[in-house]
Amino acid sequence: MDLSHTIMFSYAWLLIAIPLAGATILLLLGSAAKKWGHWLGTAVALASFVYGACLFAEMFLAPAEQRATDVPVYTLIDVGTWHVTFGLLIDQLSVLFILLITGVGSLIHIYSIGYMAHDERRSRFFGYLNLFIAAMLLLVTADSYLLMFFGWEGVGLASYLLISFWQERPAAAAAGKKAFVMNRIGDLGVILAMSLLFTTVGSVQYSEVFAAANRIPVATATLIGFFLLLGACGKSAQVPLQAWLLDAMEGPTPVSALIHAATMVTAGVYVITRSGAIFDHAPAAATGVVIVGTVTMLAGAWIGTSKDDIKKALAGSTMSQIGYMMMAAGIGGPAYAYAIFHLLTHGFFKANMFLGAGSVMHGMDDDVNMRRMGGLAKFMRITTVTFAMGYLAIIGFPLFSGFFSKDHIIVAAFGYNPVIGICAMIGALITAYYMTRMMLLTFYGKRRWVEPQEANPNRLPVRHPHESPLTMTIPLIVLALFSIGAGLLMNHWIGQWLHPVTDPAHPHEVTFGEGLIEAFTNPLAWITLVLVAIGIGLGWLVFGRNRDIPLEAPRPNLAEQIGRNDLYGDAINNAAVVHPFLAGTEGVAKADEGIIDGVAVGSAGVIGGLSTQLKRAQTGYVRSYAVTMTAGVIVVGLVLILGQLA
Amino acid sequence: MSFPLLTVLAVLPLFGAAVLLIVPKPMARQVGLVFALATLVLGVVTALLATVGGRDFSETLVWIKTFGAHWALGPVDGLALVMVLATVILVPFLLIAEWNTVDLDDKWSARIYFALVLVTESLALFAFLANDLLLFYVFFEATLIPMYFLIGGFGGKRRGYAAIKFLLFGLGGGLIMLAAVVGAGAMSARQGTLSLLYSDLRLVDFNNGFGMAIFVCFLIAFALKNPMVPFHTWLPDAAEEGTPGSSALLVGVLDKLGTFGMIRVCLELFPDASRQAGQIMVLLGLISMIWGAMAAIAQKNLMRMIAFTSVSHFGFIVIGIFSFTTVSLSGAMFYMFGHAFSTAILFLAAGFLVRRRGTAEIAAYGGVQKVAPMLAAVFLIGGLSSLALPGFSSFVAEFMVIAGSFARHPILAGISSIGVVLSAMYILGTYQKVFTGPVTDQVVNTFGADTRRDLSWRERIAVGPLIALLLFFGFFPQPLLAPIADTAATTMHQVGLADPTPTLKGNN
Repeated sequence: MDLSHTIMFSYAWLLIAIPLAGATILLLLGSAAKKWGHWLGTAVALASFVYGACLFAEMFLAPAEQRATDVPVYTLIDVGTWHVTFGLLIDQLSVLFILLITGVGSLIHIYSIGYMAHDERRSRFFGYLNLFIAAMLLLVTADSYLLMFFGWEGVGLASYLLISFWQERPAAAAAGKKAFVMNRIGDLGVILAMSLLFTTVGSVQYSEVFAAANRIPVATATLIGFFLLLGACGKSAQVPLQAWLLDAMEGPTPVSALIHAATMVTAGVYVITRSGAIFDHAPAAATGVVIVGTVTMLAGAWIGTSKDDIKKALAGSTMSQIGYMMMAAGIGGPAYAYAIFHLLTHGFFKANMFLGAGSVMHGMDDDVNMRRMGGLAKFMRITTVTFAMGYLAIIGFPLFSGFFSKDHIIVAAFGYNPVIGICAMIGALITAYYMTRMMLLTFYGKRRWVEPQEANPNRLPVRHPHESPLTMTIPLIVLALFSIGAGLLMNHWIGQWLHPVTDPAHPHEVTFGEGLIEAFTNPLAWITLVLVAIGIGLGWLVFGRNRDIPLEAPRPNLAEQIGRNDLYGDAINNAAVVHPFLAGTEGVAKADEGIIDGVAVGSAGVIGGLSTQLKRAQTGYVRSYAVTMTAGVIVVGLVLILGQLA
Repeated sequence: MSFPLLTVLAVLPLFGAAVLLIVPKPMARQVGLVFALATLVLGVVTALLATVGGRDFSETLVWIKTFGAHWALGPVDGLALVMVLATVILVPFLLIAEWNTVDLDDKWSARIYFALVLVTESLALFAFLANDLLLFYVFFEATLIPMYFLIGGFGGKRRGYAAIKFLLFGLGGGLIMLAAVVGAGAMSARQGTLSLLYSDLRLVDFNNGFGMAIFVCFLIAFALKNPMVPFHTWLPDAAEEGTPGSSALLVGVLDKLGTFGMIRVCLELFPDASRQAGQIMVLLGLISMIWGAMAAIAQKNLMRMIAFTSVSHFGFIVIGIFSFTTVSLSGAMFYMFGHAFSTAILFLAAGFLVRRRGTAEIAAYGGVQKVAPMLAAVFLIGGLSSLALPGFSSFVAEFMVIAGSFARHPILAGISSIGVVLSAMYILGTYQKVFTGPVTDQVVNTFGADTRRDLSWRERIAVGPLIALLLFFGFFPQPLLAPIADTAATTMHQVGLADPTPTLKGNN
């Protein structure tokens, strides 16, 4: 018994069809929709949100065992041993994603009305955003890996289109392509995982795969797990497929907030959580997830400490926070719920801060360099206060949302392995440091710019910072409220809610209902708080105290140098893979023309004595061949007719 | 005898070509399009009647008694169905795309071009519908003639060279195949009555050295057609020199005769030899796929790039055919359908570019999306279909090939999945070079500074329906997959192999 008989659930495909229709209209009409395209795009996102909220309400009121609902829509493929349906799985896990995607998505649509107001192609931008919403919803509601993959590559396409939205900028175009190609390396993993599932289980429907999961041979399950992890690394920018995310900041800032912080990049975490049954059965693969998460968590934090570009610093932070989620997803059991909890709170506070950064850029002539900012708090009050809420949330200030969600992960990491636990704590310290640096460089300290009417003896950049319009600040305020309260709101609840999906094996183990108290009684929580305080202190010592910040970055120390170069991710990829491979393609092209074609043409010429004729042909004597050919046809025809008579 | 619908279907464009030669010249294009559209309608109706209606339109008449040859067409099974549909749907849109561009001079006028395209269509339809080996051979070979004139008469500067090269490779393959047809006839005669009907040949035992030799001859002939590495070098030249419409017709329809023959002739008539050759062919398909993709990445000419992507795609189709699972075989057939359209869109879009800028050199472009956003979108969409993005029919096909083959050859199929990365590189790399970045001066000089020279309505009509078709079958593949899967199951039965059982199901 589930909810599939209710009207809202039986038409659940509308959830995806609505934004898809919006995208289709906006993209087909193009500039004809210039005047109203942004309103349609936003209305469509809001409609999806309302639909999602209704689904959630209906599910919330239903008894726990009836909540998970599979809605079959039509038969996608029915060939040989394959039976794949186009069906939607709306359960406790996917419904939270629906709310996050459509909720934060709607806010970012509203924000973009103001942010993209001066862009000629604004309605196309909204078309792409709608396309993204539709694909992302498909990703999280699909009831099979194959259908999930439709959404998975769909968000990849939307991400490509939006990163390179300003295509006339070569950097944006290159970044979009890089993101897509690196994601495809991950996608290869998903394709192989599905291939293995078809050959072992005979199906890629979640229900059949998970029911059979513990009968899959461990070696196979491990392989499937690692292939899924490869996919997750691509989509979620985890080491070793992380290098595209920093470049992706070339896209408009609302895109960075929605796709490259709050939703799409967390899809890897979703897939691993969804595939819990496989990873529970493949401990080695689960360990791989934890290691990848830990390494990325530290790598991203490192990058975050040394970037002067506010968006890139936030992107490093995103990598790092997703690393936390991956860590939790790899630990598994009750920690799946922690991963999702952190995913949701991070969705709020990181979207909040990215949009805040966009608001800053809006007021600072699209400059992203924090060295040319400073002292903006006085000029952009709403942006500053809302950004500060995000800041307090991400560093885990008590009672703010990140405090709850991150502490659970740190505690779970200690329970899993002390080394991982210590890494998680160090990550918290570095987070506090780089976020304090960002706050101080951007909003406080001395101004490193001048107003147009002011004297400018030091040749500082001329700026006229101002607060952004209401369409931009209202989403900031809403997200700030969630950055503050989402943790308190969900802490008692989310574990219970997700339990039947993410950890069905332990039905009676209530794992973190008393989280609030635990957070203050657990010594690990206190140690973490002390480390966070140290991180803040360090940040303040280096960048606070009204210090002079040079406009140009001073000669960096080794650690900074490495961080600025993204831990040499691009250099390694280029030297190890890209350059040798491209040289290989040139070699293939040369061999194709020189050797293979040479031999073919040469031998044809020798055998048929045709080389002279070939030369004649090159000069264009086609008509003589026409005659020859026609004669040949007549001869063949005659032979056949004579054969008939004989 | 019932109404010979299939003969009428295949003769209709030929008749149209004849009519074109007598109507007044200014009306020739309109008349040609009417015949192409009429063929489209008749083809779709036939397809619906044959699948949904379950009608059997087979015709069998004795043709040349001494050779055991028959005028035999049909039945329209899944394989014939997809190729007939691909052919009849593609042709009218190619004509629309080439509407204003093929009037070179009095000799090579649009009238001749349209007539040649219709002749090609007719011959291809016969080959796809043939139920007799000699009949298939005759039409397989006959397609060379109109195609030769399409390339040699209407192409670029080196068209003569490209056309003769195309012809020589084709004739070479044809000779080898003729020997094989004769051999097959001889073996059939030795084992009973001489008959070249497929249904009779399926009963002939080819399981000996001679039979193997015949099989290999067929295989080489088809590999020249597909074309597979290392027999492929005529294709980039032909594609570079032919008009975009001719190239689309060549790669989209005529080259499919190779993969079509691999299934219809190799698998169905030589099941034992096919089984033995299976693994080698999968390996060769894999080599073709990777070689074509890597060469495509390095190409500096748009048309050659598209030609090499097709070499790569044909590699995938061969992998699917010779992996002998219902899923991979169905995937290969579905691939043949979708590939016709995605390649056509790419060729036509590239043609729209070349027509404006005057060259196919990739380096001559830059920033085109700014002055021709619609053209950029069409090229990108064709490209996304080529790189098998979910939502396009090519994804379903490619995934069925990879994951279906995986059950038989996990390592080779696993390696083939690298194709999804390579295709992203050649498509998006080309898109980046041609369409993004600042608009170059040469592009402004030829396209104009605003979007006035973006796609015309005629050009939009030429590609729009093809895009819609790919998207429709990308989300709703089952209507076509159902007849395809029936044919794949029959072929599997003829090959004598059962699908590998999923390991867990086997234990139950």
